[in-house]
Amino acid sequence: MIKLDINGTTHSIEVDPATPLLWVIRDYVGLTGTKFGCGKAQCGACTVHVNGAPIRSCVTPAQAAVGQAITTIEGINREFEGLHPVQQAWIDEQVPQCGYCQSGQIMSAAALLVSKPLPTDADIDTAMAGIVCRCGTYPRIRRGIKRAAAAIDGMRDGEQSDG
Amino acid sequence: MGKWTRRAFVSSGILAGGVVVFGVAIRRGDRSDNIRDLVADERDSLFDIWLKILPDNTAIVIVPHAEMGQGAHTSLAMMLADELDADWSKVRMMEAPAHKEYANYALARGYSAPDVEFPAWLVDTVDGFFFRATQAMALQITGGSTSVRTTGQIAMRVTGAATRAVLLAAAADAWQVPAGELVARNSLIFHEPSQRSGTFADFAPAAARMSLPAQPRLKSSGEFQIIGTSPPRFDVPAKVDGSAVFGIDARLPDMKYAAVKAAPVFGGKVRTLDTASIADMPGIRKVVNLDDAVAVIADGYWQAKQALDRLQVSFDDADNGRREQGDIFRQFADDLDRSAAAGDAQLDVEKGNATAALGDAERIIDAEYRVPFLAHATMEPMNCTAWLHDGECELWLGTQNPLGFAKEVGKAIDMDADKVVVHNQYLGGGFGRRAFSDVAIQAARIAKNVHYPVKLVWSREEDIRHDHYRQASISRFQAGLDSGGKLVAWHNHYVNKHDPVEAPHIPYAVDHQRIVYTDSTTHVPWGFWRSVDHSLHAFFTESFVDEVAIAAGRDPYEYRRDLLASAPRYRAVLELAAEKAGWGNALPESFGRGIAIHRSFGTIVAQVVEVEVSDGRVRAHRVVCAVDPGYAVHPDGLIAQMESGIAYGLTAALYGEISIRRGAVAQSNFHDYPMLRIDEAPAIETYIIEGGRSLGGAGEPGTPAIAPALANAIFDATGVRIRELPISNQDLTPIDHLETGVV
Repeated sequence: MIKLDINGTTHSIEVDPATPLLWVIRDYVGLTGTKFGCGKAQCGACTVHVNGAPIRSCVTPAQAAVGQAITTIEGINREFEGLHPVQQAWIDEQVPQCGYCQSGQIMSAAALLVSKPLPTDADIDTAMAGIVCRCGTYPRIRRGIKRAAAAIDGMRDGEQSDG
Repeated sequence: MGKWTRRAFVSSGILAGGVVVFGVAIRRGDRSDNIRDLVADERDSLFDIWLKILPDNTAIVIVPHAEMGQGAHTSLAMMLADELDADWSKVRMMEAPAHKEYANYALARGYSAPDVEFPAWLVDTVDGFFFRATQAMALQITGGSTSVRTTGQIAMRVTGAATRAVLLAAAADAWQVPAGELVARNSLIFHEPSQRSGTFADFAPAAARMSLPAQPRLKSSGEFQIIGTSPPRFDVPAKVDGSAVFGIDARLPDMKYAAVKAAPVFGGKVRTLDTASIADMPGIRKVVNLDDAVAVIADGYWQAKQALDRLQVSFDDADNGRREQGDIFRQFADDLDRSAAAGDAQLDVEKGNATAALGDAERIIDAEYRVPFLAHATMEPMNCTAWLHDGECELWLGTQNPLGFAKEVGKAIDMDADKVVVHNQYLGGGFGRRAFSDVAIQAARIAKNVHYPVKLVWSREEDIRHDHYRQASISRFQAGLDSGGKLVAWHNHYVNKHDPVEAPHIPYAVDHQRIVYTDSTTHVPWGFWRSVDHSLHAFFTESFVDEVAIAAGRDPYEYRRDLLASAPRYRAVLELAAEKAGWGNALPESFGRGIAIHRSFGTIVAQVVEVEVSDGRVRAHRVVCAVDPGYAVHPDGLIAQMESGIAYGLTAALYGEISIRRGAVAQSNFHDYPMLRIDEAPAIETYIIEGGRSLGGAGEPGTPAIAPALANAIFDATGVRIRELPISNQDLTPIDHLETGVV
């Protein structure tokens, strides 16, 4: 049995600890927003956060995440009222098409905006090149990230003026 | 089938011309069993199979197409709601369940237009001639870019308008006023002279007892309130918070998981299987020999996959194990040679006398192009959850053809198709792949061995190696120019025709044309791939026209423009793309610009690509896309589909190659079948022309023109003419044609 902290909840799971985190999250915990795309860290559909950093859950053994904070698409908005700004920007820009890769895109974009609050196009390319979108929503992903960055920047200004 | 008979259609008065059902009035008392549960509340009024009005005045539009990211659910609901004069904020949609009542009659009608051939895959699913489809309809298909232009135009708009008419008639009855004095707006009905108003829901029960007019008046485009706007799509919110349920996300009580490995060589069978090789592995429930594949069922998917990887199994190769990609292209070339010599090629287009005109031509340009097989690589790998119980087979998956799947699965497991229930989920990419029922048949055959539900998930390797592939092809051209450089003769001979029939046709005014093809079959399964035959022929014809223009010493844009003098819609699209792209403006060193134009599925698209080629590496920086779909139902959705089609086509042009090695597919995953990524994605500008009343498709027409536009841009940058895809295999070392004297 292993214990995993996923979206702030501790789950005790009867599973081989070598099982990739992806399948534990999907099949044992039942959070299906994280997707299987390739099984080889080639497409990024399975991206989740471990301690805030984006990782490919399809090649990460579950045991490697024991004792660490795992965040999935279902928990990305926990520190926000309503949606995470990246999620809201994705709606505002009508980013998704088939939608299958978008959990991975949103998780990667959210992590990018923590390390680079106002990313350049080059920053976006570097951070997002690992996540394949077969529908080619890339122009809208780019716009979505910039919109979310502006929204987060606005929140920060709001906090400062409140303080 | 309950009471749902042909007579029921007729009694509802909705059959038009005895062929196409526009919408079906379901009244209390004569609902079929399959539809009855959609009317959960006795106060609900189900007008027809495409619309339901609730007591709170919400209108629920029932959409008989799958949502795979193309926005069909939203666009179709918009078309009905506009004719209904509904308040868009009160409109919801639901996808029709896979019942024959929702069969996609309108799609059949769309394919029956004079210039569109009814494709073989549809004929198969309807047991022959589709005009008999009212009796044996198995259509609820999403494909051919048809959702909006057929279901939307024919079924949705007519249903909305007809329903509006009976609502007004019911209000006129209730208020004892002439219907002509009534106005419908925002889901309300007004009678201004008496200052009365009511909701649609107020009159819905009475209206449901009236016959719908079969030919209600439709709005002209100037009257549209909702069509032509871009409201947010219904499916987007669930796709940003992880709650959208795709086929692979199905969860059922006591469900187990299966992994599968099919014979690597197409047509191969299991030769030896040693189940003892995994007997000691944890969680294993069963090994199933499917004859052409083996599956392992386990408590978890990972357990099933690990066991499958260790399972000792061997397959035969059906005598295809020595086939190599080079052999296939050699076969194509030989068959073209033989067929040309024998004069037995099949005719596509014959206009004037191309052979004589080539003989008289001042100059002849010839070229041969080839393209490889392509896989779909939908982001969601193939999967299906199947549960056989109580004499039924329930399936959970995303499919472009739920009724066809029910029929094919029923046949495979010897069960009446009516007992196969398809629960269609969001499709994690379709592109034509999810019109093929192979995975559903596999899942049902696996689940037939057990009493619990089984979720079958293909590995990405299985997905790449057992697709239904866009065909590889060779296409040969000869063009004749007169002394003024005018294109006077066009001869084209290629291998393997599928559909649509018009894919190799050219829009240009060339007096003498002969387009022929020769069949050259291979053991590689064929499938519909976004834009189907257009995906290769646009590359062939639009690259070759570019070559001809260059050979004539003309600017490729101007040359095309002259040839389109009597095709004003094409010409307008071409001119718009060129103008917005700044055609003719200077570009930096090692940059080039290319143009192409192609019509598919009723929509004309011209694209201009700006490319940089340095150190043999290609980077498309900018794509300008002009599109004429007739008119745009949801302009932002059309733009999104252009962006998507361009990325799909760029991926194929730059990298896409499925090759055959020892009879099997050599590629296996995204490392050797690469996809365009964000750092390679161009900026895309899309400009819409609304050039006509007939409505073209959106999902596919963005794809065909991008490969030739890119190849033509590479020529402009380097002097290297791309005659074979993918571009990643080509040597792009710049050639100075003036120095070498090639031109």
